[in-house]
Amino acid sequence: MNKYVERLFNGIIKENPTFVLMLGMCPTLAVTTSAENGLGMGLSTTVVLVFANLLISAFRKVIPDGVRMPAYIVIVASLVTMVEFIMKAYTPDLATKLGVYIPLIVVNCIILGRAESYASKNPVVPSIFDGIGMGLGFTVGLTCIGIIREILGAGQIFGAQVLSLDWFTPITIFVMAPGAFLVAAMNVVRAKMDAKGKPLAKPSGCISGDCASCGQSAMCTGKKAE
Amino acid sequence: MSDLYNVSSSPHVRSKDTSSRIMGLVILALLPTTLFGIYNFGIRALILILVTIASCVASEWVFEKIVHKKSTINDLSAVVTGLLLALNLPPTLPIWEAVLGGIFAIVIVKMMFGGLGQNFMNPALGARCFLLIAFAADMTNYVIDDYTGATPLAAMRNGEAVNTMDMLIGKTAGTIGETSAIAILIGAIILILTGIIDLRIPGTYILTFVIFIVIFGGHGFDWNYITAQLCGGGLMLGAFFMATDYVTSPITPNGKILFGICLGVLTGLFRMYGANAEGVSFAIILSNCLVPMIEKITIPRAFGIVKEGKKHE
Repeated sequence: MNKYVERLFNGIIKENPTFVLMLGMCPTLAVTTSAENGLGMGLSTTVVLVFANLLISAFRKVIPDGVRMPAYIVIVASLVTMVEFIMKAYTPDLATKLGVYIPLIVVNCIILGRAESYASKNPVVPSIFDGIGMGLGFTVGLTCIGIIREILGAGQIFGAQVLSLDWFTPITIFVMAPGAFLVAAMNVVRAKMDAKGKPLAKPSGCISGDCASCGQSAMCTGKKAE
Repeated sequence: MSDLYNVSSSPHVRSKDTSSRIMGLVILALLPTTLFGIYNFGIRALILILVTIASCVASEWVFEKIVHKKSTINDLSAVVTGLLLALNLPPTLPIWEAVLGGIFAIVIVKMMFGGLGQNFMNPALGARCFLLIAFAADMTNYVIDDYTGATPLAAMRNGEAVNTMDMLIGKTAGTIGETSAIAILIGAIILILTGIIDLRIPGTYILTFVIFIVIFGGHGFDWNYITAQLCGGGLMLGAFFMATDYVTSPITPNGKILFGICLGVLTGLFRMYGANAEGVSFAIILSNCLVPMIEKITIPRAFGIVKEGKKHE
């Protein structure tokens, strides 16, 4: 049981996709104009992530290595299509607000990243928990950014006016595109200040064992000694 | 210290220039504009200028305290940033928004990138654009003599006639520092005579802009219209005080000319075809971003080095 809790903790805190791994920046920047949008985007990604991890982990022995990417994409795309239809049917307002970013979950790098680095190597149940952890971590990240932008840019949280417009002039830049970059940049600053003075991450081990054909060899820290 | 450090073979000419001396001269050159702004817009402008400067200096000091760096507020660059920012604000702007602008200019545009000399964008203009997008209504609320008036540029855009003489002297609506072309020119002459700036950037900027509006302005070679376009808005202030910022403009001689052309064309495009009547601040910060590329293609050839293409002839 401990293992599953560890997966959740890993996804939400230790390897939070938004704040630590800084993956999935495209939806992070694009849809977090309000806390509600962030929450909606995060939860829909979570659903896709959990089922994608489940299916990919279940089929991990069947999918040939050479065509694994197209196979993952087919699985993820089918799931996203279902989520999109469900959202259009039951939460049409949110679906309109998120717009094109729902179909774009297909190419969200968190989903492919978890498929490649976790679900394709681990049994089904841990993979599901990994999906839940990562998805919730993404949701927490998007909602936090959404809250910051909404409160500064409109004085609201989840659509409720918390800062009275009598004395507060909304800093509208925060609900526009530049505001997303400003808030995301603050996160980079935080990460840099955190990392200052600490040693670099330890080599995480080699994925392919063959540096010549490995796509990651340029930034790899675990190169085998010659 | 051993004498070894004082031995020199080449003739080393030492200049008296320091950051604080240059910044002091820039402040001196900005004084006519500042004083005219205070005269034109009253005590409210003075308060805004003081608050913005205080906010810039204080945020630089606090930031350096927090990150345990030596305080650099004595080099006066934060004062210049604050003053330039204030001159770019309308006199009616709420005080707290000006304070926020000062903090943004220093902390985000300047200190986060490493302080003076490292910022890729003019801090004062970065903050002005931030405020312009954040508080669009407050930043375009131009009031003069208790009555809200369009800036001469906005009036011209609507096809109204403007008084060019008023624009030269500066009795018009606008931001605190941009209205009086004559006051700005006095400052510019101080800067040119003391060798702080050379004419390459402002010269090519203004020339390119004039050529652009003669071709695309729709008025042909109408002297009145050209003068009004030159004196209206922030073009003069931008050309002499902000485009020439050492940190964010190219250092190569040809690069400066290219930079000026970029500025002129962008300003012309923004003014003629943009959504707003004014575009100087956006033109300058956009060109600031191009500076690394401009410098790369205009590095002068060192003596004795053969041009790349001619090597194999």
